[in-house]
Amino acid sequence: MKAMNRVASIALHTFKEAVRDKVLYNLVVFALLLIGAAILFSSISVGIEQIIMIDLGLSSISVFGLIMAIFIGIGLVSKEIERRTIYHILSKPVRRVEFIVGKYLGLVLTLVINTAIMTAGFYLAIYYQKRSLGAEDFAPLSAIYFILLQLAIVVGLAIFFSCISTPVLSAVFTFCVYVIGHFLSEIRWLGTTLHSSAAKWVTQVLYYLLPNLSDFDFITRAAHGEKMSSSLLVSNSLYALLYVTVLISASILIFEEREFK
Amino acid sequence: MLAIETKDLTKDYGVGFWKKRPRRVLDGLSIQVEKSEVFGLLGPNGAGKSTTLKILLRLIFPTSGSARILGKELDDTSAHARIGFLPENPSFYDNLTAEEFLNYAGELFSLPAAERRRRAARLLAQVGLEGARDVQVRKFSKGMVQRLGIAQALINDPELVFLDEPMSGLDPLGRREVRDLILDLKQEGKTVFFSTHILSDAEMLCDRVAILHLGRMQGCGELKEMLEMDVAKTEIMIQSPPPELLEGFKAHGGAWVRTGERVRVEIPSGSDVSAVLGMILQSGAEVVSVNAVKISLEDYFMEQVGKDARIAPEKAAVGPAKGER
Repeated sequence: MKAMNRVASIALHTFKEAVRDKVLYNLVVFALLLIGAAILFSSISVGIEQIIMIDLGLSSISVFGLIMAIFIGIGLVSKEIERRTIYHILSKPVRRVEFIVGKYLGLVLTLVINTAIMTAGFYLAIYYQKRSLGAEDFAPLSAIYFILLQLAIVVGLAIFFSCISTPVLSAVFTFCVYVIGHFLSEIRWLGTTLHSSAAKWVTQVLYYLLPNLSDFDFITRAAHGEKMSSSLLVSNSLYALLYVTVLISASILIFEEREFK
Repeated sequence: MLAIETKDLTKDYGVGFWKKRPRRVLDGLSIQVEKSEVFGLLGPNGAGKSTTLKILLRLIFPTSGSARILGKELDDTSAHARIGFLPENPSFYDNLTAEEFLNYAGELFSLPAAERRRRAARLLAQVGLEGARDVQVRKFSKGMVQRLGIAQALINDPELVFLDEPMSGLDPLGRREVRDLILDLKQEGKTVFFSTHILSDAEMLCDRVAILHLGRMQGCGELKEMLEMDVAKTEIMIQSPPPELLEGFKAHGGAWVRTGERVRVEIPSGSDVSAVLGMILQSGAEVVSVNAVKISLEDYFMEQVGKDARIAPEKAAVGPAKGER
């Protein structure tokens, strides 16, 4: 129980630090972008304005969340080491596993709150455009849930890389995995067309090792009003949970051996 | 039960880019610290003081040897609930206020909210930061940061307090306050284990000290024993001595300094002080005072450190380890 309380303290502290660092200022940029888009598209496009609005809104939520997940994620551990604040934490009855899990949950909490506020802004823009909100307008919520699952994986990647590398390289690695993760099906297909067995092996390894993020991309389909199947919802949720568990476990194993000179 | 016990504690760091060579920064440290004593770890920069503290707090791991804190092995972090730690040159979260940081520290010890508030208020007053409780740490001076570091080390009312260079960055008033604070902790029956390279602090505060140099322990024991065993010299103050008497001191290896009508004569240890006194009295000069000057910690320290430097000049040339300040 005490361990859970310590994890919660570290998570809330991480959230508070992010808020004090003014990272939620991105919401202002997001709001301005949506207001501008709503005004612009309602005046220039007929019939497809809602599709564009949903596509733009969800893409913005995804991009803003991704930037936060990578740039705060890579600093979660490295900043504590660099500033030597880690000495204050680990000299207290805090196990290293609690520190990593608390830090991870703190950033995920920050992203959930950030995404929730952006979602509220997104629906305000939709309301401004349509002057009403029906049950069908809430279909994009499932796409937003998938964005959050992706962000949860990205934070796990950022923490993992920051445990083994420098902040700059961690950002590069995390971004590369994020991009490659959206093209894993193509990479696997590419492997089948190659003659080299080594190349086939590499594409197979990449396919199974890296997170398959293209399965989480539901933005375009949500914009066209497509409903998400419950099987996809469950399988993606379990996949994200499993992948995050593996990433955080690996991070903990590395962090347990780390020395703070 | 001992507060701290180390046996042959050794730490090597790998140096070099490709092929790492081990570089020993702590070499077989064995010490025992009793409960309720103030124990000082002394040594110049790079001696291995911070390395020792970091090993004891499990921030780094020993290459070999073992240690116990409050009867528990180092990897048992439950002992951390009963200890406090002030790192050297502490640093905090810039955006938090002093009170918020103490509250966070208290949360990590699972203290109830009301207790955290009470202790934070008391400690901020104790370290002289009650007026800055709502100020963000980024606006703190170095001395204020050090005081906050001391306050957070005491938030859990620890049995054992580790202080790494606690006087660092403090002005004379602040140093005095920290000295008083350490003495208060001793009065309360707490064990204080602190590292310093400022010998006067150690001389004033410590029951026992260990002297480290280049990772090796050069001496360990009660300060009283260390410093009172030997008389370094005898100082005799005399009034209006005749000139021929002063010349006579040279035969006994003595040196003298005249200040007005008085002359201070220094007789080195091993000389026949009774014979010198007899000579003075026979000359008709008046003896104002006779003082046996004991060896100072600084003298002792220089003797130990200098001895080691003579033994291992090639090791001395390596300089401080990375991470040691």
